[in-house]
Amino acid sequence: MNPDIFTPRDTARPSFPGAVLAIIQKDLTAEFRSRELFSAMLVFSLLVIIIFNFALELDITVRKSVAAGVLWTTFAFAGTLGLNRSMAVEKDRGCMDGLLLAPVDRSAIFFGKAISNLVFMLIVEAIVLPVYALLYNEMRILQPGFLGVILLGSIGYIAVGTMLATMSVQTRMREILLPILLFPIAVPVLLAAVKVSGGLIAGAEWPEILTPLNILIVYDVVFVSIAYMVFDAVVEE
Amino acid sequence: MIEVKKLVKRFGLKTILRGVNFTVQPGEFVALLGPNGAGKTTFLRILASLSRPSLGEVRVAGYALPGQAAQVRARLGVVSHMPLLYPDLTAEENLFFYARMYNISNPALHVLEVLNLVGLAHRRKDLVRTFSRGMQQRLAIGRAVIHDPDVILFDEPYTGLDQDASEMLDEVLRSVASQGRTVVMTSHDLVRAEDLATRFDILSRGVIAASSTKEALQNTNLLAFYKQALAD
Repeated sequence: MNPDIFTPRDTARPSFPGAVLAIIQKDLTAEFRSRELFSAMLVFSLLVIIIFNFALELDITVRKSVAAGVLWTTFAFAGTLGLNRSMAVEKDRGCMDGLLLAPVDRSAIFFGKAISNLVFMLIVEAIVLPVYALLYNEMRILQPGFLGVILLGSIGYIAVGTMLATMSVQTRMREILLPILLFPIAVPVLLAAVKVSGGLIAGAEWPEILTPLNILIVYDVVFVSIAYMVFDAVVEE
Repeated sequence: MIEVKKLVKRFGLKTILRGVNFTVQPGEFVALLGPNGAGKTTFLRILASLSRPSLGEVRVAGYALPGQAAQVRARLGVVSHMPLLYPDLTAEENLFFYARMYNISNPALHVLEVLNLVGLAHRRKDLVRTFSRGMQQRLAIGRAVIHDPDVILFDEPYTGLDQDASEMLDEVLRSVASQGRTVVMTSHDLVRAEDLATRFDILSRGVIAASSTKEALQNTNLLAFYKQALAD
C-alpha cells in the first residue's frame, strides 16, 4: 500500500456519535435496498389489524375499548419480527464480529442497532396508524399526543428488544426464544402504553392518564439504561 | 508483537486451551496448524479480543487483553472463513462503513487503495451479494486491512474456495504480509501454509505441541513434521 496514504497510526477510536451514526446509515442503506425486514413487518402488521377488524365485530363503544390493545399487540408482534431479522443479518455472516472488532465503545453498537430498529418500527407505525384509523373509524390516534405515546412505547420496547435479540440470535431457537424472553419483560411498557393510548382514544384528559404516562417514561429510562449497561456483557463470549 | 503466557480457556467444565505459550516477533508469518477441535479458532478469538481468557496473559502489539482491548482492536485485522461483510451493501459501501468504524481520515483514498490491493476496484459499485465466494474473501481481506493493522489474524481463509480463487487469495495474502505485518494464520492446507508462512506451530490437545521455522524444516517436509508433532 501507498505509505503516503497509510501512515502507521492513522487510526483512532471514532467518536461515540460517529460510530452510532455509521451503524444507523449502514442499516438504513442495506434495508432500503433489500426491504426484507420492513416489508415483513409492514405486511404482518396490516394483516393483523385487518384480521382483528373482521374478527372483532363489535359495537362502536366496545371497539373503542379494545382499540389500544389491538394496536399495541400488532406493534409488539411486528417489532419482534423486525428485531429478529435485524440481529440475524449481523449474526449470519459474522458481521457482529466485524462490529465487535472495531475499536468503538460497545454501547455505541447497541445504540446504533437500537435506533435503526426504532426507525424501522416508526416507519411501519406511520403507515399502519392511518390504515387503522380508517378501518376502526378512530381519528384520534392521529393526534400529536397519541403519536408521542406511540414513540415512547416504541422506544422502551425496542431498547429491551434489541438487547434480548442480541442474546437470542446466538441460539438455535432464536425466532422462538426472543418473544419468550421479550414479552414478559416488556409487559410494563406495553401495559402503560395501552393504558395511555386507551385513555386518549376514550377522550380522557391528560391528568387522568398521567400515572401510566409517567410509568411509561420511567420504564423507557430504565430499559435504555439497563440495556446500555449490560450490552457489553451480552456480546461477550 | 504477540505474547501469550500460560493461556487457559474453559467453556463450562470443558477446557479448550491448557496453558498455551506463544510468541510472535514483528513481521513473522506464523501458520497455526492442528486437527479439528484443537482450539485454533478459540485461540485466535482470544487474540482478536472476541473472547476472554480464563487464565493467563495475552499481549498483542504491546497491549494487554482483555484490559486494553480497544487499543488492540485499532491495531488488529481479522479474516475468518465468514466474510464479515453486508450482502446488501456494495463493496465500496462495506469498506466505507468499516473505515468510519475505525475513524480513518481520508476514507475515499483508503477505500480505493484497498480495492486496488485486492483487485476489486472494477466491482466497487456492485453489491457484495453478487460476488463469488473468492471475491468476497478478497474483499474480506480488504476490510481487515482498511485501518492498516500491525497484526493480521487469518482463521481458515481458504475454506470453501476453489483452486483459482485460492490462488488469487495467495497473491493477496502475500501482498498483505509483505508489508511488514505480523500474520498468524490457521489452516488445514499444509501445502499453502508451507508456501506462505515463515514459522509453523502445531496446536494439539490445547497446547502448542511443536514449533519450527521454515529454515529448520529444510531437511524434512511440513507434513512429516505435523504428523510427528501429533504423534508425540
